[in-house]
Amino acid sequence: MVEPVLSVADLSVRIAGLHILQGVSFEVAPTGVTVLLGRNGVGKTTTLRAIVGLTPRNGEVRGTVRMGAQSLLARPTHRLVRGGLGYVPEDRCVFAGLTVAENLRLAERRGTTPAYDKVFSLFPELDRRGRQRAGSLSGGQQQMLAIGRVLLNDNRLLLVDEPTKGLAPKVVTEVAEVLERVAESVPVLLVEQNLAVVRRLATDAVVLSAGRVAWTGDARELLLETALTKSLLGVGAAEVHS
Amino acid sequence: MNTVVLLTLTGLGLAALYFLVASGLSLVFGLADVLNFAHGLFLGVGAYATWWAAGNLPGAGSDGLGFVVAVLFGVLAGSLVAVLVELVLIRPLYSRTIEQVLVTVGLSLAGVALLQATWGADPRPFPRPDWSRNVTSVLGAQVPNAGLLLIVAAVVVLGALLAFLRWTRYGLVIRAGVENREMVTALGIDVRKAFTLVFAIGGAAAALAGALGGVYFGTVSPGQGGSLLIFAFIVVVIGGMGSVVGSAYAAVAVGLLQQFVNYYGTSGLGDLCVVGLLAVVLLLRPQGLAGKVAHA
Repeated sequence: MVEPVLSVADLSVRIAGLHILQGVSFEVAPTGVTVLLGRNGVGKTTTLRAIVGLTPRNGEVRGTVRMGAQSLLARPTHRLVRGGLGYVPEDRCVFAGLTVAENLRLAERRGTTPAYDKVFSLFPELDRRGRQRAGSLSGGQQQMLAIGRVLLNDNRLLLVDEPTKGLAPKVVTEVAEVLERVAESVPVLLVEQNLAVVRRLATDAVVLSAGRVAWTGDARELLLETALTKSLLGVGAAEVHS
Repeated sequence: MNTVVLLTLTGLGLAALYFLVASGLSLVFGLADVLNFAHGLFLGVGAYATWWAAGNLPGAGSDGLGFVVAVLFGVLAGSLVAVLVELVLIRPLYSRTIEQVLVTVGLSLAGVALLQATWGADPRPFPRPDWSRNVTSVLGAQVPNAGLLLIVAAVVVLGALLAFLRWTRYGLVIRAGVENREMVTALGIDVRKAFTLVFAIGGAAAALAGALGGVYFGTVSPGQGGSLLIFAFIVVVIGGMGSVVGSAYAAVAVGLLQQFVNYYGTSGLGDLCVVGLLAVVLLLRPQGLAGKVAHA
């Protein structure tokens, strides 16, 4: 059996008295894209944020998260990221007041050579718009910047939260293409609502429902089971196969 | 005309003092979300350390290069105290706002009490260069040199801060952290080091304000920091939390308003107008003049 890159066991998160995750367990394969699915509010973003150590201070996290032999939960976020856990948050979170070049420069790490060639080959527009303030970029360009920042460094695993949310269809396709290329070299744990993107990228799937894992397995298998997707994700055959 | 020039330059001198205190306060709040009521203590430490150094430190004095050495000692002392306060008292309390307020208010009171216990409650004459007691003729107005010194110092500090924010790695981290601290850590950066750095910078600027304020007022007293801190807070809120440029604009507005109204109205009315200006800004533009962006 292939060793998973990330193991989540019995993960529970309680924030402000709400028990958002209730014993979530799953594994992320060392290759391809594992997609985290579920209806709105089931705890997908909470799961990613707990893994990367960004649960709010009024929250309580229990369980085990391991990347290889390393336990993640007790470590501060910046150390996890330096250890190869790349995180692209929901809503991009680019620094609006900084230029594109400054946003990228911020992600550089001491002692390593930032992979600008790789980033600019994936997103040539970032090179052209280096002096533009990130806040004035379109949603798609901001998403490219958010992904580009993470790709400047070598990662053992990428956590990507709803990268296509709110983007135009053409840009969604571009982002999906980029993630497809990225996933050739680094495993990705992806939260995504767009099932066309899921169908294109996902190798494995984990479905959350009411804070628990409702289904895990081969993503294609899930998407072929119309009744299953209807009950777990609330979408019908038309959406799955569109 | 002479009166207007004099009022303008003395108002700008006051603005310079406010800016030196407010710039650090603003960066600390903008980046670390810490409402630091102990910031006036750094000013007091800077003033008393300069005063002490001028009389006791070898190589320091009240004139020439000796005075520069005394001021540098004061700035270093203020910065050191600020770093210690951040590391020992504030760091364990990040995201615990009420405890932070209690600790910093307590520290400011304890600091004043400590200065009083050590050097007494009465104002002490501040050692200052002879030239700072003189005046310079500007467009016919006789402007105190101490006020001009404050203006020059504030402009230099503003330029240095902007250059630091614009051109250095830590400046970049601070500007980003003011926008979204969490995302800075998610890029692999230990933002706590930046917290310590902004405390050091803020402490140094406040200590400089203490030293030059001593030159301006001619005395040093334990409560000086606290009274200046109130106006510095007003400047920070009007300018926008986290904005050095906003603090500079707000300091000029507050200093000039205070000076002109106190002169043409009655003494004390200027302070009231400053509070009125604060209320107007909060009503019309709650984020302040420059909002929560650390402009470079």
